[in-house]
Amino acid sequence: MDDRNNGQKTVPMTMIQALRSAMDIMLGRDEKVVIFGQDVGYFGGVFRCTEGLQAKYGKHRVFDAPISEGGIVGAAVGMGAYGLRPVVEIQFADYFYPATDQIVSEAARLRYRSAGEFIAPLTIRMPSGGGIYGGQTHSQSPEALFTHVCGLRTVMPSNPYDAKGLLIAAIECDDPVIFLEPKRLYNGPFDGHHDQPVVPWSKHALGNVPEGYYTVPLESASIFRPGSDLTVLTYGTMVFVSEVAAKESGVDAEIIDLRSLWPLDIDTIVASVRKTGRCVVLHEATQTSGFGAELAALIQEHCFYHLEAPIERVAGWDIPYPHAHEWAYFPGPKRVAEAFRKVMDETADQGAGDAARKRG
Amino acid sequence: MRQPTALRLHVPEPSGRPGHATDFSYLRLAPAGAARKPPPDTSATDAADLAYSLIRVLDDEGRAQGPWAMQIDPAVLRKGLQAMIKTRIYDARMLIAQRQKKMSFYMQSLGEEAIGTAQALALSKGDMCFPFYRQQSLLIAQDVPLFDMMCQLFSNDSDRLKGRQLPIMYSMREYGFFSISGNLATQFVQAVGWAMASAIMGDTKIASAWIGDGATAAADFQTALTFAHVYQAPVILNVINNQWAISTFQALAGGEGTTFAARGLGTGIVSLRVDGNDFLAVYAVSKWAIERARGNLGPTLIEWVTYRAGPHSTSDDPSKYRPADDWARFPLGDPINRLKQHLIAIGAWSEEEHQRTQKEYEAEVIAAQKKAESHGTLATGLSSSPATMFEDVYKDMPWHLRRQRQKLGV
Repeated sequence: MDDRNNGQKTVPMTMIQALRSAMDIMLGRDEKVVIFGQDVGYFGGVFRCTEGLQAKYGKHRVFDAPISEGGIVGAAVGMGAYGLRPVVEIQFADYFYPATDQIVSEAARLRYRSAGEFIAPLTIRMPSGGGIYGGQTHSQSPEALFTHVCGLRTVMPSNPYDAKGLLIAAIECDDPVIFLEPKRLYNGPFDGHHDQPVVPWSKHALGNVPEGYYTVPLESASIFRPGSDLTVLTYGTMVFVSEVAAKESGVDAEIIDLRSLWPLDIDTIVASVRKTGRCVVLHEATQTSGFGAELAALIQEHCFYHLEAPIERVAGWDIPYPHAHEWAYFPGPKRVAEAFRKVMDETADQGAGDAARKRG
Repeated sequence: MRQPTALRLHVPEPSGRPGHATDFSYLRLAPAGAARKPPPDTSATDAADLAYSLIRVLDDEGRAQGPWAMQIDPAVLRKGLQAMIKTRIYDARMLIAQRQKKMSFYMQSLGEEAIGTAQALALSKGDMCFPFYRQQSLLIAQDVPLFDMMCQLFSNDSDRLKGRQLPIMYSMREYGFFSISGNLATQFVQAVGWAMASAIMGDTKIASAWIGDGATAAADFQTALTFAHVYQAPVILNVINNQWAISTFQALAGGEGTTFAARGLGTGIVSLRVDGNDFLAVYAVSKWAIERARGNLGPTLIEWVTYRAGPHSTSDDPSKYRPADDWARFPLGDPINRLKQHLIAIGAWSEEEHQRTQKEYEAEVIAAQKKAESHGTLATGLSSSPATMFEDVYKDMPWHLRRQRQKLGV
């Protein structure tokens, strides 16, 4: 259960501060938690998520690693086998590829192949997504590469409150968790209107975060915005893009923030789509074989007879993430609103067609 | 003007192929007792010569020679010889069982028994080995019940791995034996991570990593060396150079004109090249590396020179790519014969005892096999439910796996 606030005092936090608070609390609560990765020790990480933690907990708990993602994850697997609970940072999700063997064949499979004799209770944090002019090696959203791997849990928060609660839950989880952090949301909610002033988390309710320990359970989605016209299945940055698209299009969208991509909260999704009868699947990652394809398949499997219109997908174009044309790639509010209208119009068009045939 | 020279691609070849004998001079052997023994707190630079020479203790007459000849309790040596004999008998019986289709696959350790056996006897309870697939001697030297090992091979109802792993990919935590992965080299970094964890917690346990000459070409090998050096991890980095990775000769893994031990030097790791068929050398060098690791003196890389006497696996046919008599001509001989010769020379063993031991182990292996087979083999059909294959993917079974299990109807 979501033990929201739990009677605790809340303080304004950015997502970076919320993630740091989660790691701080877990380092304090459990001596088996260790944190390492490139630049995370003395310097505190390129995004400052681990700032001050080495000074507080010492070099043997929080330390820098060589530039080798395979080494970072491989060493973490060994530490997990020993009994530690490593939290490692891959500096950008775009850099995880050299660690693929250690993630897919090792961390994800260790419990299974040893019948539970060894486990890999790792949390692998990685900033993902675009919107920061990072070009193709600092903007990717590789979540579908992880959701395809049995044995992994893939998580992506959209706000500071969830980020802290989910990260604590991930660290405590005995399964390996891929923890994707939408870096465009590190300092404030972002609705896709890149030409408008940046809004800080201090101006948003979800930037109020309890100071102490709490968890947001894995495998639980949140209804980010209740609505009755259609259901939006999304996560990360696109939660806020779909929120503004609902406002601008006048479509009363029910926005489901998945939070845990896989394994996911099927009950919340199915209840919503059965209620609205319409569904838009939305992500920043490229479309083909993206996680949206799995979501669309699940909806047709569980909700086909409740659907009143075909499912619409909005995703990144199937191209490497471009640098200068970032905003032409990014599925912004305009594209999302168009998808909303299309899904709402589908039934009407179909009805008009039927009426025309009848007249003929 | 000079004509530019046309460039040529060099593709290494072994000197021997089917039909013509190997020239083993490429091994650059050294006589027993010739290699010096540095203090345990030596540095990679100060001990650099030992990465290119060959540490040997047993000479051709079975006598212990030189500074690496240490006082070893004859009981330990006898135990070592017995474990090697048992390992070889176990391998031979399991190979036949595979041919009888009682298991899908098998891999022998023929000719390499000394390395795992001696190191297992040198390590302590609680230390953790990260082996690859040819270190069954690590288990047999610790007297692991053969029944348990065989049930894994037969994937039967007493297989503690529930039929999920290819035969020989054991996992035995209580014997310091990490789950084997078919993805070569991954375990090398993991061993370093385990050793780092032990150091983080202020523990006294050390890790031992195992890799073959072929897999040293994988990135994880070099990564492991870097991490081991950076964090001065309490780990032993074992490279088994048995000359062959399936049909890939060690030169193709980077061994031509250099040694695998030399790969450690550039990383800053103390690195030794050792006769892997010499039980006394394996035991002494392992003890020395263990002392270094336990004393916070850092990792040690050891190249064990040996020979893969059998096929890579039951799916391999080495007669297609190497001379049939290669092992018989291999200059470092058979590890069992060499230790036997030594023990007889010091009066701690006899030919009669050897024969009797072989018979005893034959009987033990046959009895364990009979018992294991009574729990089923791949040939007799499995009694365990396929429902178990949906377990342990996650700690708790998520909804989609419950659904898929229901679809299968189990």
